[in-house]
Amino acid sequence: MNRGTLLLFAVAVLIGLPLIVVALSLLNPQWDILYHLWQTVIPEYIGHSLILLFAVGFGVTLLGVSTAWCISQYDFPGWRWLSWALLLPLAMPAYITAYTYTGLLDYAGPVQGLVRDIFSVNIGEYWFPQIRSLSGAIFVLCIVLYPYVYLITRAAFMQQSTTAFESAKTLGAGSLRSFWKVALPLARPAIATGVTLALMETLADYGTMEYFGVTVFTTGIFRTWYGIGDAQGALQLSALLLMFVIILIMVERYSRRRARFYQQRSATRPPQRRPLSGWRAAVASLICWLPVVLGFAIPAAQLLWWSIQKSDIWQQSAFWILTFNTLWLGLLAALITVALALWLAYGRRRHPTRPLRAAISLAGMGYAIPGIVIAVGLLSPLAWIDNQLITISEWLFDFNPGLLFSGTVMALLFAYSVRFLSVSLQTVNSGLEQITPQMDDSARTLGASGKRILWRIHLPLLRSPLLAALILVLVDVMKELPATLVLRPFDFNTLAVRAFEMASDERLADAGPPALMIVVVGLIPVIMLSRALRSNSLKTGE
Amino acid sequence: MSTLLNIDAVSIQLSGDLIVDRLGLSLEPGDIGCLLGPSGCGKTTLLRAIAGFIPVSQGNIQLHGKTVSSERTQWPTEQRQVGMMFQDFSLFPHLTVGDNIRFGINRLPKKQQEERISELLVRIGLNGYQNRYPHELSGGQQQRVALARALAPKPKLMLLDEPFSSLDAELREVLAHDVRRLLKEEGITALLVTHDQQEAFAMADKAGVMYSGQLLQWETPYALYHQPTHQLVADFIGRGILLNGEIKDQKLHCAFGIIEHQQLHGKPDMSVNFLVRPDDILINNDSSMKASVVGCGFRGSHYLYTLELTDTSHVLAVGPSHQPLKTGEQIGIDIDFDHLVVFDSSLCELPD
Repeated sequence: MNRGTLLLFAVAVLIGLPLIVVALSLLNPQWDILYHLWQTVIPEYIGHSLILLFAVGFGVTLLGVSTAWCISQYDFPGWRWLSWALLLPLAMPAYITAYTYTGLLDYAGPVQGLVRDIFSVNIGEYWFPQIRSLSGAIFVLCIVLYPYVYLITRAAFMQQSTTAFESAKTLGAGSLRSFWKVALPLARPAIATGVTLALMETLADYGTMEYFGVTVFTTGIFRTWYGIGDAQGALQLSALLLMFVIILIMVERYSRRRARFYQQRSATRPPQRRPLSGWRAAVASLICWLPVVLGFAIPAAQLLWWSIQKSDIWQQSAFWILTFNTLWLGLLAALITVALALWLAYGRRRHPTRPLRAAISLAGMGYAIPGIVIAVGLLSPLAWIDNQLITISEWLFDFNPGLLFSGTVMALLFAYSVRFLSVSLQTVNSGLEQITPQMDDSARTLGASGKRILWRIHLPLLRSPLLAALILVLVDVMKELPATLVLRPFDFNTLAVRAFEMASDERLADAGPPALMIVVVGLIPVIMLSRALRSNSLKTGE
Repeated sequence: MSTLLNIDAVSIQLSGDLIVDRLGLSLEPGDIGCLLGPSGCGKTTLLRAIAGFIPVSQGNIQLHGKTVSSERTQWPTEQRQVGMMFQDFSLFPHLTVGDNIRFGINRLPKKQQEERISELLVRIGLNGYQNRYPHELSGGQQQRVALARALAPKPKLMLLDEPFSSLDAELREVLAHDVRRLLKEEGITALLVTHDQQEAFAMADKAGVMYSGQLLQWETPYALYHQPTHQLVADFIGRGILLNGEIKDQKLHCAFGIIEHQQLHGKPDMSVNFLVRPDDILINNDSSMKASVVGCGFRGSHYLYTLELTDTSHVLAVGPSHQPLKTGEQIGIDIDFDHLVVFDSSLCELPD
């Protein structure tokens, strides 16, 4: 390994640092702490986590697969529009959806008010489902996270349907039997991938659980750290949560192990859409409309209403400073991660050695790791570095520089790089894949120097993936809640933290404007995604 | 004029494996050479070494008399004046057809650039396509643009790596002739790599078969077909079947009886394999030599029959497209060996 590669390797490992810290704490279990946690909170955390995983897994499968099937197979009024509208809930962070439904369904909300008016009953005299509960959390996560399943499964259905499904029908199987026996099993690896993504988000969720008072690992880690000030305990809980994530990843890998046999060459012939009419069309529309309305239209309307109610907030400079801060932070993090991703991707393209590839995969793991785990995994090494720096500085210059990393924007940027590097790495890699080695070779036989190849071929071709990566990271940073809460400097806020604080103070309407801002910016990548999908389906001749 | 490309005992190692083994060949200026061989035989590796993408571990490569690759020298690709066309064409997707062609001649004055681009576009029959993007073109059109782009800087040597393999069969033949014409018009020496012998026959002045890193024969396509010097060449080139026989007193004893042929003169007695091509067998029902039809395949302009001889060995024969023979039919055949190719059957089949 030469010096450049070594540096590359070192940076990739540094990005994996929080993961390593947490994983190492597993190797060094603090039995007394674990015993205490086991006696008190862990069974409850595990129970709630399992209920959430199963219920959300079931819910997103049901919503995602049924919508994907309708959109990929049938022609009914509005399917074109719905095919991208079904992605809209992706713009909604789960905690924001949770706030809006609380606003709608709580005692003081309009729905219960209507119930009281109609039936002339008072509070306490009637039964109404409690949204701030475990089942409420399941509901919110299902309607927010199903697009992962929808997106991936739809692509799978569209690829397979022509060949396999039609042969099943020529063999005499009816539509229903063909679906159960052929289409669904063929799409299973895709469904598993989508569900796994949704379940990772479920495990990582902090905002919804905290607000609904559901005790799970994320909230437990936060409380152990801040409430009790027990760093070791938080680390041990993080390690347990990490184990859940790793099991999830392994299950997904296992279910995909034969996926390549299923992956047919795409673009054989676009699937023939079967037209629906009458009650069938109505059912298909209902299936597709329901998640869009529940996951996007209702929460968005509630946010708009709050924002109109609190129109004065839009005129406060504090709000715009907050927005500006958030965008600035997101942009900075985006620039850092994209630059890192570019550097790592080129390094791997040039020296695809095994250790480097392994280090880069480690660096790309961040997205699977809950933000709170990354924060906890970062805090102790950063505190250690800070203390060393203070000692050295006091010894050398008799000067205490204070905490340089912990509790500064540096720590935040580090955490964001860890969590969102994989997002930009994937985007940059897919861009680089377009530039085949033969293109470089062609350019060289045409007499071009390395510099000319970079400027005339690579940069123009990478421009849109780089831009996409920047936007994706920017939006993810804006939505990010738990890591920001833990690592932010004193008195430093982002829109997400502001919305969280307002909601926690039971000032839901005040959470409206910052939440709306997040959603509006969050719509950008959703629109980009739906446009990319549309041009893809145009290419395959749909 | 001197030899344009001279490859002398070149060996190439890639991550420890010997891919090309002491290979030598040369091309005269203006000649089109072709390397045939199964995939993995090292032909593309050799091409990439000539282009300067990979170093040689032994021997040397000379372009117009200058050593560009050896154990010690390794000229960078940019300085070799070698053009290369790739299997996937590798057009730059973000540049128009015109700008793709312009890429290699950007140092010429603007006016000359434009002249060269329009000249080439006319030559490749894509006049007026200057402002199209690669994805708007068909496969064959992309291929011709890739050729024009590689031709634009007037390289001394053009390397073509399976240039037609991603096109359908009909288009291939048309393009092979077009490419040959263009190369000849521009007077450019070329080396082509392919696994398709029709392509090689259509394009090449000289051709050779590569097998596990070695070049088995380097000859005109005619000689390669009719006078293969190696059993593997005979096997790889053209349709044909190797039959067993015995040479006694400079005569070949085999399923066809006893054959005399001038090419047997001076051969010692031994057991041999000899090559029977479909064109060596003539169907003639008056002949006393009989065979039965065991298989027949319609090829459009003719039928290709599989015949069973009296000793149950099979040979191939060609018959006219009109009156087809039926399977099981007894027919008479004549044999007419223009070239009789025999191999000592005691020799090992594979090169060492």
